[in-house]
Amino acid sequence: MKHTISVLVENKFGVLARIAGLFSARGYNISSLAVAETFEQDISHMTIVVDAQDEKILEQIKKQLNRLIDVIMVVDFTKKEHSERELILSKVNYSAKNKAKLKALLDKYQAKIIQCKDETAVIEFSGEQQEIKQLVHELEQFGVKELVKTGRIAIAS
Amino acid sequence: MTGAQILIECLEREGVEIMFGYPGGVVLPIFDRLYDSKIRFILTRHEQGAAHAADGYARATGKVGVCLATSGPGATNLTTGIANAYMDSIPMVAITGQVKTFLIGNDAFQEADVTGITRSISKHNFLVKEVKDLARVIREAFHIASTGRPGPVVIDIPVDVQQAECDFIWPQEVSIRGYKPTMFGHAGQIKKATRLIAESKKPILYIGGGVITSGAHLEVKELAETIQAPVTMTMMGLGAFPGTHELSLGMLGMHGTAYANHATMESDLIIAIGARFDDRVTGRVSAFAPHAKIIHIDIDPTSISKTVEVDIPIVGDAKNILCQLLKEIKKKPNTNKWLQQVHEWKARHPLRYAHHDDKIKPQFVIEQIYEATRGEAIITTEVGQNQMWSCQWYKYTNPRSFISSGGLGTMGFGLPAAMGVKLGCPDKTVFDIAGDGSIQMNIQELMTAVCNKIPVKIAILNNGYLGMVRQWQELFYKKRYSSTKLCNPDFVKVAESYGAVGMRVANPKDVRAAIEKAIEIDNTVLIDFIVEEEENVYPMVPAGEAINRMIGGMA
Ligand SMILES: Cc1ncc(C[n+]2csc(CCOP(=O)(O)OP(=O)(O)O)c2C)c(N)n1
Ligand SMILES: [Mg+2]
Repeated sequence: MKHTISVLVENKFGVLARIAGLFSARGYNISSLAVAETFEQDISHMTIVVDAQDEKILEQIKKQLNRLIDVIMVVDFTKKEHSERELILSKVNYSAKNKAKLKALLDKYQAKIIQCKDETAVIEFSGEQQEIKQLVHELEQFGVKELVKTGRIAIAS
Repeated sequence: MTGAQILIECLEREGVEIMFGYPGGVVLPIFDRLYDSKIRFILTRHEQGAAHAADGYARATGKVGVCLATSGPGATNLTTGIANAYMDSIPMVAITGQVKTFLIGNDAFQEADVTGITRSISKHNFLVKEVKDLARVIREAFHIASTGRPGPVVIDIPVDVQQAECDFIWPQEVSIRGYKPTMFGHAGQIKKATRLIAESKKPILYIGGGVITSGAHLEVKELAETIQAPVTMTMMGLGAFPGTHELSLGMLGMHGTAYANHATMESDLIIAIGARFDDRVTGRVSAFAPHAKIIHIDIDPTSISKTVEVDIPIVGDAKNILCQLLKEIKKKPNTNKWLQQVHEWKARHPLRYAHHDDKIKPQFVIEQIYEATRGEAIITTEVGQNQMWSCQWYKYTNPRSFISSGGLGTMGFGLPAAMGVKLGCPDKTVFDIAGDGSIQMNIQELMTAVCNKIPVKIAILNNGYLGMVRQWQELFYKKRYSSTKLCNPDFVKVAESYGAVGMRVANPKDVRAAIEKAIEIDNTVLIDFIVEEEENVYPMVPAGEAINRMIGGMA
């Protein structure tokens, strides 16, 4: 099961390596990771998405995260009410022929084109996992040349 | 002040009296300041020896052990000692020099990524990039190393930071927002625990190194006597409850006593205190103590329900929690029948070995050391059979009197650790009970001991084998002794060439006299006991078995 874990940490070098190390030491892959400073400059926020093969091991990892000196707080959102979003940027083919159809699709999703060049459009969209999946699926008919995602971020509701 | 001055000033203010280590290019500024400092510096002959000596000093005194090494190879040589302290939760500060800040990451001469290497084997580590941070970092390092569940903290200091100048400001207090160990137990949990205790018929105390760390040995004794429960110890817990007490069951687990293992498996309530259900203790986890409810007292939440699910976790300092618990206990269980059963196991399955008139049995040597020192020595050990026999055949009555590499099982720990112990407790007789293999892993420290007048005693149980590995080969690999037969030097001559006293004993009749002579001589003494070659440690629980499935005819 995928877990979304939110971690408040000291904004210092080496902290990310410590956190990543707890996962990698067990052969756990981090599916996505988003890190940035918070309101307070000396505190960073990380949202980690990890696929737990074994809930007990994940429980142990969370305790060990808490034990790290540079970790201030750990919250697992999986069973808590929360809002989550991910931002994607994608390059798709954009020719006179499919212009109208693409526009219609983007309107449906409230996604937008942020740049056009040489018959390629850069599309920006943010939403929940399911919506992103659907949009990307529908974009495929136009020819997706590139897709980048920020990784999930989450906030308690 | 320069960074090096600040470092020494801080160490002195932290109360450091002794340090162990080895110099090199990028720690020259520190060594220059040490030259004038009142801190005693012990130059070991290998950085691993320095780390183990600092560790032994910490285990014996409860103070923070400090070691110092240069960058690159100096630092990598420390790492086994750091990992060793980490596995056994020993308070230690390891200081390493680093190449100049602007050279870091450039494959500079003697550069190693020390914070990277030690990340997973230390409680915390610091790379100090600016001299203004140095005093705070040292203060935090000592705080982190010695509080909560203790552990080693590494401080990596580039040479230019040691040379840089800044005003010295001693931080009055330490406040780390992500680090606030829980000290007292949750009252509700303690109430629940007392209920379980009152209802139990077959309670047992299972205690570990945490009892020693928190200084909770008297409270443990009071609890055991109050509720009349037998007490079993992990290797790290030996000495936390008197081995001579009638409620003591000695050590449990792979080479524990049969009665400790039977009692654990049959109990209906395990009160675990500062112990972590290590796999050497539990054997096959799914079969461990099937009838028991478990109360687990530990300061580290990650230790709780890690391998064995517990019923009542109580996070906090063992001593505080036991004081809270003792106040709450009103109804005591009736354990008469249970103690009778335990007594029967003790009578039926005592620890034994077959004495021999011509050949020295290793167990006999340890018994003799026990008698000659009236149980008042501090024993360090190496790793292997020598270590397990030291757990079984010496009765430890005081905390911090048994000093051994538990979690990591580091051969070569015993001799340097003994030096640290002796420096911390100069009035005590200190014996390193060694194997002929292990002793050669840090034998160079004989020079350190002789040179610094640290009169430790070394008893080599010389069986001509990497005995513990040979035992496994005998039992599980059809006696195919692959690379376990040892070719040894003349240990007496080795001792003598270092300036120590060497003795060889091959006859059981001479064992006691040699030990007594060694205790009397005011020098480092090595006794080479030529012992039975293929003696095994029993009882033994084969790996992956339930702990009451012991083998060994003598069990
Ligand atoms: C550094 C290190 N390397 C290897 C081992 C594996 N090992 C455990 S016990 C042992 C044999 C120890 O031999 P010796 O010191 O002679 O002790 P004995 O078992 O014979 O008493 C070995 C090789 C270890 N524990 N530590
Ligand atoms: Mg041996």
